[in-house]
Amino acid sequence: MAITIFSPVTRALETLGDNAYFFKSIIRNTFRKGFEWNEFYRQCYNTGYKSIGITLLTGFILGIVLTLQSQPTLKDFGAESFIPGMVSISVFREICPVIIALICAGKIASGIGAELGSMNVTEQIDAMEVSGANPVQFLVVPRIFACMLMIPLLTIIADALAIFGGYMATNLSEGMTFKLFFTKAFSVLEFSDIVPAVIKSVLFGLAIGFTGCWNGFNSTHGTESVGRAANKAVVTASVAVIVIDVIVVQITSWVVYS
Amino acid sequence: MKAETETVIEIKNLEKSFNGNLVLSGINLSVKKGESLVILGRSGEGKSVTLKCITGLLLPDAGSVKVFDNEIAELDVESLKNLRCRMGYLFQGSALYDSMTVRENLAFPLKRILKIKDHREIEKRCVQVLQEVGLQDTIDKMPSELSGGMRKRMALARTLVVRPEIILYDEPTTGLDIITSKEISQLILKMQKQYQTTSVIVTHDIPCTKIIADRIVVMNNGTYTATGSFEELENSDDEFIRSFFN
Ligand SMILES: Nc1ncnc2c1ncn2[C@@H]1O[C@H](COP(=O)(O)OP(=O)(O)O)[C@@H](O)[C@H]1O
Ligand SMILES: [Mg+2]
Repeated sequence: MAITIFSPVTRALETLGDNAYFFKSIIRNTFRKGFEWNEFYRQCYNTGYKSIGITLLTGFILGIVLTLQSQPTLKDFGAESFIPGMVSISVFREICPVIIALICAGKIASGIGAELGSMNVTEQIDAMEVSGANPVQFLVVPRIFACMLMIPLLTIIADALAIFGGYMATNLSEGMTFKLFFTKAFSVLEFSDIVPAVIKSVLFGLAIGFTGCWNGFNSTHGTESVGRAANKAVVTASVAVIVIDVIVVQITSWVVYS
Repeated sequence: MKAETETVIEIKNLEKSFNGNLVLSGINLSVKKGESLVILGRSGEGKSVTLKCITGLLLPDAGSVKVFDNEIAELDVESLKNLRCRMGYLFQGSALYDSMTVRENLAFPLKRILKIKDHREIEKRCVQVLQEVGLQDTIDKMPSELSGGMRKRMALARTLVVRPEIILYDEPTTGLDIITSKEISQLILKMQKQYQTTSVIVTHDIPCTKIIADRIVVMNNGTYTATGSFEELENSDDEFIRSFFN
């Protein structure tokens, strides 16, 4: 009886242990001789370049929506001149990092999960191993580092576009030069707005790459497990993004604002 | 003389189970240098699992697997890697890397096993091995553009390109038409003669077995029931063994 009651707990602990072991082997393979630079560039292209379109669109629309929603309220208080600052602070600190990470969780984590999952099912990962390559070094490390580099970059692109979107939206109702808007938007930003946000994005990238790779590598044999790996990767990555967000925000508020 | 009778693969009492389901229950097998051994057996019998235990992709639950006198389960990562460089493995589903072209597929083991850095040398070897398997026109294609038979040949080329001393073939002809599967069998035999490789071939294809086999073992219920030459087993008294041959 005791065994059946505790079995979900033991299974969860086992999974956690497996995750920790996988993470350890990633760390070990990161520092092993022969970093796969070509594979890294290819993954940067796949994860970063191919997500630029969706990032531009999302950032632009976020800026517009944020402005349109807050404009009437700020107008009532005669505080319209705060719009640029409000847009830039909320976008830089919170909105863009999280939204872009969630979009990438959907796009990149599922892509990695499905790709590695199908490589696992068709024995390509085994084939790499017998061909003298280390699959973690060749497949996992470059993907995770690509995510850790590209997701912050995508976030910064989205930030810029959101500010532009905010400018467009204010300009619909009243005239404000682009230069003035931009100056106002950036004058409120501080070190403590940007650096923690970038660190947060790097951690989001790590979470997205890791969950994608882990689920891909641990897909069982059989084609349906590829879909399951992709699905699990998205769900776990999205939850991880939210959890990391709350932790980093809490730490930032202790360290920076206190 | 001694070299010819040297044992290269030695399996003793190999056992392997998955989630409490016993797949291999005590396998004994030894393969001599230069020999081609065919393993016959029904689907799901554990033939692929046996081959994976030989390369160390799976570790045995009990028993010993020795390749070139090295106990696979006791090797550290580096020595296992070095040992694998002397073994080739043709996977059941070909396992071509679908994100790479044919050339990159072939270059992958060349760079990693033989540690060749020179591009011209890699190119030369790729072209040569593709000629041997009759695929010289496909060097810039992606694996998804190849037909089933071409994929098998391609997988064979990727295994042969590093000239391993032992090759493990997992169902090299399954799913192919009779003519293509004969061609592939001839090709395996030719490579065998040309490079004196030791081969272990898992198959259910009897014409292919007839072409390749020096010796045959039949697998049943997770262990080996019979061993002998093609003629011996074809005329065996055992109903089950004869059933493979007609
Ligand atoms: N990685 C694995 N995990 C769980 N079960 C496996 C695994 N590999 C093989 N099996 C099981 O082992 C049995 C034998 O498989 P296999 O060796 O592929 O058979 P075959 O003789 O057709 O090659 C099958 O029942 C299969 O489900
Ligand atoms: Mg099999």
